[in-house]
Amino acid sequence: MPDEILLDAHEVRRSFPKPGGGELLVLDGVELTLKQGEIVGLLGRSGSGKSTFLRLIAGLAQPQGGTLSYLGKKIEGPANGIAMVFQSFALFPWLTVLENVQLGLEALSIPQSEIRTRALAAIDLIGLDGYESAYPRELSGGMRQRVGFARAMVVHPNILLMDEPFSALDVLTAENLRTDFLELWGEKQLPIKGVILVTHNIEEAVLMCDRVLLFSTNPGRIAGEIKIDIPRPRDRTDPRFEHYVEQIYTEMTARQRALRADRGTGLDMLMTHVSPNLVSGLIEAVAASPYNGKADLPDIASDLQLEIDELFPVAEALQMLRLGELEGGDIKLTHMGKRFADGEMNERKEIFSRALMSHVPLAAHIRRVLDERTSHTAPKRRFVDELEDHMTEDAAEETLRTVVSWARFGELFSYDDESESFSLENPT
Amino acid sequence: MRILPPVSIEARRLLPSRWDVLAAVLVLGFIVLFADASSTLVRPLSSLSQHRLSLDPINLPGYALLTSMRMLIALAFSLVFTLTYATWAAKSQRAGTLLVPLLDILQSVPILGFISITVVFFLSLSPGRIFGAELAAVFAIFTSQAWNMAFSFYQSLRTVPEELQEAGRMFGMNAWARFWRIEVPFGLPPLIWNMMMSMSGGWFFVTLSEAISVGHTTIALPGIGSYIAEAIVEKDLHAIFWAIGAMLVVILIYDQLLFRPLVAWADRFRFDNEDSEEYPESWVLDIIRRSTLMDRIAEPFHIFMRWTYRRSIPLRSGIVSAARAVPSRATDIVWGGFLILIGTYALWRIYSLLAGSLSWNDVFYALGLGAITMLRVTILIALASVVWTPIGVYVGMRPHLARIIQPVAQFLAAFPANLLFPLAVFIIVRLSLNPDIALSPLMVLGTQWYILFNVIAGASAIPRELRDAASNLQLKGWLWWRKVALPGVFPYYVTGAITASGGSWNASIVAEVASWGNQTARAHGLGAYIADATTAGDFHKIVLGIATMSFFVVVVNRLFWRPLYWFAERRYRLT
Repeated sequence: MPDEILLDAHEVRRSFPKPGGGELLVLDGVELTLKQGEIVGLLGRSGSGKSTFLRLIAGLAQPQGGTLSYLGKKIEGPANGIAMVFQSFALFPWLTVLENVQLGLEALSIPQSEIRTRALAAIDLIGLDGYESAYPRELSGGMRQRVGFARAMVVHPNILLMDEPFSALDVLTAENLRTDFLELWGEKQLPIKGVILVTHNIEEAVLMCDRVLLFSTNPGRIAGEIKIDIPRPRDRTDPRFEHYVEQIYTEMTARQRALRADRGTGLDMLMTHVSPNLVSGLIEAVAASPYNGKADLPDIASDLQLEIDELFPVAEALQMLRLGELEGGDIKLTHMGKRFADGEMNERKEIFSRALMSHVPLAAHIRRVLDERTSHTAPKRRFVDELEDHMTEDAAEETLRTVVSWARFGELFSYDDESESFSLENPT
Repeated sequence: MRILPPVSIEARRLLPSRWDVLAAVLVLGFIVLFADASSTLVRPLSSLSQHRLSLDPINLPGYALLTSMRMLIALAFSLVFTLTYATWAAKSQRAGTLLVPLLDILQSVPILGFISITVVFFLSLSPGRIFGAELAAVFAIFTSQAWNMAFSFYQSLRTVPEELQEAGRMFGMNAWARFWRIEVPFGLPPLIWNMMMSMSGGWFFVTLSEAISVGHTTIALPGIGSYIAEAIVEKDLHAIFWAIGAMLVVILIYDQLLFRPLVAWADRFRFDNEDSEEYPESWVLDIIRRSTLMDRIAEPFHIFMRWTYRRSIPLRSGIVSAARAVPSRATDIVWGGFLILIGTYALWRIYSLLAGSLSWNDVFYALGLGAITMLRVTILIALASVVWTPIGVYVGMRPHLARIIQPVAQFLAAFPANLLFPLAVFIIVRLSLNPDIALSPLMVLGTQWYILFNVIAGASAIPRELRDAASNLQLKGWLWWRKVALPGVFPYYVTGAITASGGSWNASIVAEVASWGNQTARAHGLGAYIADATTAGDFHKIVLGIATMSFFVVVVNRLFWRPLYWFAERRYRLT
């Protein structure tokens, strides 16, 4: 059956209880169908719930709503036939390579002799011959992840779940492992029928997947789907490849702009912490040649070796401060952005501080309160309370942390963590 | 934060080095010297307890205050000892080779041993006055607190990252400045944890250190410990409950006013970059931080310290100390000669004691009793492990439970065995049980919790991904315990078991003889032997008992725990 449906997710919802009551929604209305012979990518930024979704499929957690079924049966816990490869390998350090791989079979009632043969076969397949008696700590990262693959493969799963399996590896090793995996997959040598890959690396998604689902944040939803229609093996320099990468960037920035409206414009504006150094760094990079003020996101991402997880928040910070604009997968510096790039440290701080006053309501609010008070100090609690009217406790904490960090850079006001208070005076 | 066992785990070798032997000879010689002096000194005052302690609970707050002051003073002394002794051991290669084994022997000496051989000496310091007795009590508490703290700080000093040291040198800090600004902060979090452990140890032996009774010398210093002792003599069950209550209150106050603020404050010195989910908090620390008063009080001290950092003592500057690292031949010879001299003297003292009044039969008898106590410790640690390891794993996997259990276990670790004497004696007499068996659980009363603490820490340190992988592979039941949980907590368990085992030997002295009024239940064992010898004031037997116990503790540590520790580190440490 070539079109057999391996996995079906319908209207999946997942939330966590908040400490102060209520619930925090992390996944909402997620739909996914995995057919035999497919590699489906889940692409999104951290916090988009894609890893949470993978854990639901693995049966490691239960959804609060919707249905998840594997081969037509509801998933109620870890199921036979769904195996997982982990980001940091999750190998048991006290077991040898062979024992780690065998572990996958020991929970199934299989005779010991068969366990051994199958484990050796999996080790052989994945290119770990000769390492059977080694302990994980003796292996390099790439070799360790191979053990992770062998351990998942040895149970002959129908579905292989991969949770950012290459992100803990260096560039070269990761590419080597991806190619080997795709080769085995292409030759139908792997005892698996379908793959779900969680990633935040756009090129990896285009290289490996038949379909890519784009996740948006807060809460995680599927914001779009892109079918990658390039025959394998794929070539990163192929214009079609570049086209898909570009398309995903464009879609993702468009989504974020649409989302911006949800994030509020006043005190309810949610902020993700980004270091001012990264903001300066990105402005400088965009201002410099060859970009000269306008850069293609994929290009600058690969130039700066930033993954979307890292690049997008910085780009958004630029946009929030009106130092840059995001449009159609491009980032463009505004007039102030260019002045920032040309300026000396003091001028930069001033531009940054003015941008905070005009475009970050919370920063302006805190400054005004401090100006009005005769003591020029105010406790943090006051602003946390205000923020929590609009957002969750964690989001308030993160937003405030961001404002503190930016205000320190712009020298707008200072903050003392020990007494948890804001003040206007700068420590001498 | 990693907690290391409070014994020397430095070398992987099994056989004692000549330094171990020398350290043992020196400690034993010191004990003999004091014991000899004690038995010959004119007994200065037979009784300091002219006015007996009152069991009226109205006196308890006052007693509690006195006891906690003594503990605080002893803790301060322990801190001074830690900062000097451990630093010397870590900094000077020459001294370290002797000081570390010495510390290892000292921690094996039972607390009652220290008390019984030094009390006469302390009393003779100020004949006829209470001051000597107070000194003896503080010293007793000190011996129950200092060793593990010193070990902890020594181990921290040895593992200060080279980068930090180099950064310090690059900024031109002298050794003094590096000590206060790099080494002490780096070693502080584990040191504070050990101070809390020490405090529990101090409470466990609170009666021993306040109600001192060696031969004809009896002291009952006003305090909770003496109150408990008196309540036991008087068979006053109400007083026992009052004492438990008072202890609970004092431990809570200590926790809130001293340890919690310290832990929260020292959190900034944690060097591991793992972002813990929650930071320790303390309302006391918040108050201190928000008020400017503390800043003002501390300011002159800061100015003074900064001034001392700037004084560069030429001898201590980086370059010279690097040159000093090459030991000079002449100093080696002088140092070696000195050690041989005092070693020989110690040997002679030991020999004259052995030859004079102890026969080989006495030695074999003590060894036999030691074997009985060892059997008891082994069985009880095994039992405690079987009980607490699964519970610890269960709790450690559930952070909300761990938060509740930890402080409770900490209080239980401080619970003195004497407080259970009424219950123990009552059960033994009523059911006519064999004291050899029935008294044994008292030995692990305070020490079993270290197994629980450490296993909880170990279980919560198993990474979430690893646990997910285990669920994904559908490991369940015994397979899960065998392949995931037990190996995962094993290194932590070993640390806990080493601590518990050492503590149980020490506790055998209070646990093998239990009395309630005129009823006494007595088990056979080395602890009872030492306790009886102390009551009788027989210094030769005291020395023999102490030496035998140290011997057992050190041998068990070297032959069993140390190899197990390294095996666990090699095989099971999660990195």
